[in-house]
Amino acid sequence: MTTVSNTILGFSALDLARIQFGFTIAFHIIFPAITIGLASYLAVLEGCWLKTKKQAYKDLYHFWLKIFGVTFGMGVVSGLVMSYQFGTNWSGFSQFAGSITGPLLAYEVLTAFFLEAGFLGVMMFGWNRVGPGLHFFSTIMVAIGTLISMTWIIASNSWMHTPQGYEVVNNVLVPMDWLAIIFNPSFPFRLMHMGVAAFLATALFVGASGAWQLLHKKDNPAVRKMLSMAMWMVLIVAPIQIVIGDFHGLNTLKYQPAKIAAMEGHWDNKAGEGVPLLLFGIPDMQAEKNNFEVGIPNIGSLILTHSWAGQIKGLKEFAPADRPNSTIIFWTFRIMVGLGMLMLLLGLYSAWLRYKKQLYTSKPFLHLATYMGPAGLVAILAGWITTEVGRQPWVVYGVMRTADGVSKHDISSLALSLGLFIIVYLFVFGIGIAYVLRLVRKGPTPHEGDLPIDGGPGETRQQMRPMSLPKEPLEDASTSSDKEKS
Amino acid sequence: MNFDVTIVWAIIIFFGVMMYVIMDGFDLGIGILYPFVPEREHRDVMMNTVAPIWDGNETWLVLGGAGLFAAFPLAYAVILSALYLPLIFMLLGLIFRGVAFEFRFKAHDHERHIWDKAFIGGSAVAAFFQGVTLGAYIDGLKMNGHEYIGGAFDWLAPFPLFTGIGVLLAYSLLGCCWLIWKTEGDLQKRMLQIAVPLAWLILAAIGIISIWTPLTHAAIAERWFSLPNIIWLSPVPILVAITMYLLISAIKKSHDFKPFLFALCIIFLGYIGLAISLWPNVIPPNISIWDAAAPRQSQVFALVGTVFIIPFILAYTAWSYYVFRGKVRAEDGYH
Ligand code: HDD
Ligand code: HEM
Ligand code: HEM
Repeated sequence: MTTVSNTILGFSALDLARIQFGFTIAFHIIFPAITIGLASYLAVLEGCWLKTKKQAYKDLYHFWLKIFGVTFGMGVVSGLVMSYQFGTNWSGFSQFAGSITGPLLAYEVLTAFFLEAGFLGVMMFGWNRVGPGLHFFSTIMVAIGTLISMTWIIASNSWMHTPQGYEVVNNVLVPMDWLAIIFNPSFPFRLMHMGVAAFLATALFVGASGAWQLLHKKDNPAVRKMLSMAMWMVLIVAPIQIVIGDFHGLNTLKYQPAKIAAMEGHWDNKAGEGVPLLLFGIPDMQAEKNNFEVGIPNIGSLILTHSWAGQIKGLKEFAPADRPNSTIIFWTFRIMVGLGMLMLLLGLYSAWLRYKKQLYTSKPFLHLATYMGPAGLVAILAGWITTEVGRQPWVVYGVMRTADGVSKHDISSLALSLGLFIIVYLFVFGIGIAYVLRLVRKGPTPHEGDLPIDGGPGETRQQMRPMSLPKEPLEDASTSSDKEKS
Repeated sequence: MNFDVTIVWAIIIFFGVMMYVIMDGFDLGIGILYPFVPEREHRDVMMNTVAPIWDGNETWLVLGGAGLFAAFPLAYAVILSALYLPLIFMLLGLIFRGVAFEFRFKAHDHERHIWDKAFIGGSAVAAFFQGVTLGAYIDGLKMNGHEYIGGAFDWLAPFPLFTGIGVLLAYSLLGCCWLIWKTEGDLQKRMLQIAVPLAWLILAAIGIISIWTPLTHAAIAERWFSLPNIIWLSPVPILVAITMYLLISAIKKSHDFKPFLFALCIIFLGYIGLAISLWPNVIPPNISIWDAAAPRQSQVFALVGTVFIIPFILAYTAWSYYVFRGKVRAEDGYH
């Protein structure tokens, strides 16, 4: 049973360290996912504005820029925490593998973070300070920065999943071949899958805010434009994501078969029989079986081996200590794939309505698009949980166990830090997300782009911005724009 | 070519952390000075002077961390986990002050005070715990071989707490002089008034630390006071005295830019002094940069990029300061 001294509420120090990392990175990833997508979207909007000079593009640019500012700020501060956590909480891992993940992180800082930070100020506050060409250039630099950032961190994470190009000397990893390290086997799939996921999540978010505006009778060219752009994105990208996901799974089957077995709740093979596709089930790690199993025979084989009766390794073929938790990832995987399918449907539905010229008026569609707003982010979290929990018990797959990577803190320090992180994150990011939703609810208003910019040197002070005029808080501002229209 | 990459990396990290201290130093200083400036207009201006650049300034801290991780993974692992709690407090402080930049401008009027407080509290907590971390680091970590054997609260001692206050003061001075440079009128006048007492307080803090460390650390006393070092190193305190004189007379003459320049010099000299005390240890008291070095392959790989990219970073950072040059006014820019 638990001894009081080294567990708290049944959690060991290792558990707390893992929860802390999972909690902080899960918060972090939400913001980059949106900023990666929005930065590119803003670059497109600004490009369209420069080319066509249509007011709707400029209005949309300034509207989404405000939301970008808030998510970027939250991404930066939560990311700062991440970059220190390897040392504070995973010092065993850092000592052992820092020679490889350290330089990758250093390159991320040098090539991406500084690029973003250097041009962000001009992008956010420089509209009236530099020429249109230079401003557009700054937006593009920030967008490129977010993509470079994603590339390095995914290289590092993928290397932890499929390590190669190293030797172990004196109990420390020594990098031998940097190209092999960066272009490790799972990197291309994970990079594409995550990049597309960020675009999809953003498109769904943008689309949902457009749909919500239309449902609430706030119709203007900018609102229509953003719904339309978002739905084109979903239509094109959702099927691509499903194909990439399929290839990603095949790659995982090759390098991490235990993860696939756990994702599929697949315990063992019967001679000559294919693998079913389970639609429902509750894997029980102790009893080594699934409860309430519902499946379609042979479809699992078809997806994973592209043959009717092909077999994959079952979980029982791995030692119990090497099995990832199937109960969790069986479900997170299904949530991700299920949402992916819904996204595909949403895209097709939008194409059909576009053809019927009802895209902006169909109530059921607008409701569906609104509800799908957070779906991309939920799928991203579900996907990462699948990937990371499926890697356990390894931190560097097959090379170092998670339990050996953790810092040896006493449990009270960990409980204190975890408690503080939870309180602070829920408070700060809770309010941040509320601000984002408040801005979204207000929606882009005509001539948004001609209003002064929030803050920044040489820009206006607070009172001049209609948004925070004491007598006209956000809610009223949006109703008044209604009145203007009618 | 077979030069010592480890030394090059020590210099790069030294440079990165210095950039952080002087650049985020004045941002944090502005937050620490907020309580002395209750007026809404002034607060808007103060925040606006740094709103477009704070993110870049903070990125030097990320570079310091990532550089240490890449070039001295042992030091990264040991220092960060030994100073766990002060670092976590610092990070939490930086969260509050970082989001305050965005949230303050998005908040309703009745909510703004929350983010004013977050900005003040976040800046002060981050600065104080950076100082505590520094002090605990100078004091040395209890090691057995490559493993930290000290306790989770070793930093809760007089010296680290004192350096915590020292850093608070140093950042306030930087923030104050930055505002003298970037603002005008009433706000600038008020900053000119607090600058002089702040400068004296900093001088006192530097003096106390310079006496305290050699008294408690024989190796540091040896470094500074043995012959011939004492001759080679004597310019450092002499320069501090000269710069301090220049700083105070620049403030008294109400110069715009000079106070900031001399404040930077003071901080720089203090920083150099610490480096002289600690060299060549990366984990005081006795793990040297060579003991903690990453494999040569890692150091060289990361170095190639760093040497190539840092000039570009400096160039576009300078450009963005240039774009936002000049005084910041409340009524500005409404067209
Ligand atoms: C570059 C590295 C990296 C990246 C990009 C991610 N992770 Fe991860 N993750 C780790 C590196 C890591 C780690 C350091 O390797 C951990 C800590 C303990 C462990 O086993 O792996 C980990 C653990 C870990 C756990 C706990 C798993 C367990 O202990 O059972 C969760 C839930 C996540 N991560 C979730 C995420 C999410 C939501 C991510 C989305 C961004 C993510 N990870 C990206
Ligand atoms: C453990 C892993 C991670 C660490 C250590 C980390 C670290 C950081 C840090 C320090 C920042 C702030 C940079 C600044 O000051 O500007 C940041 C922001 C960012 N991160 Fe992460 N990060 C991690 C995971 C990820 C992942 C998985 C992605 C995307 C796939 C990602 C993408 C970004 C992006 C695009 C930014 C820019 C700021 C933003 O858009 O919000 N990061 N990250
Ligand atoms: C519908 C079909 C999909 C399939 C077949 C699929 C497949 C997979 C697989 C097999 C993994 C785990 C890979 C590993 O750990 O080695 C994964 C991870 C992931 N998925 Fe999906 N996925 C699909 C849809 C989506 C959608 C719609 C999103 C988000 C919008 C998404 C986001 C992610 C993320 C963020 C990860 C974790 C990072 C990674 O390992 O790439 N996926 N996916």
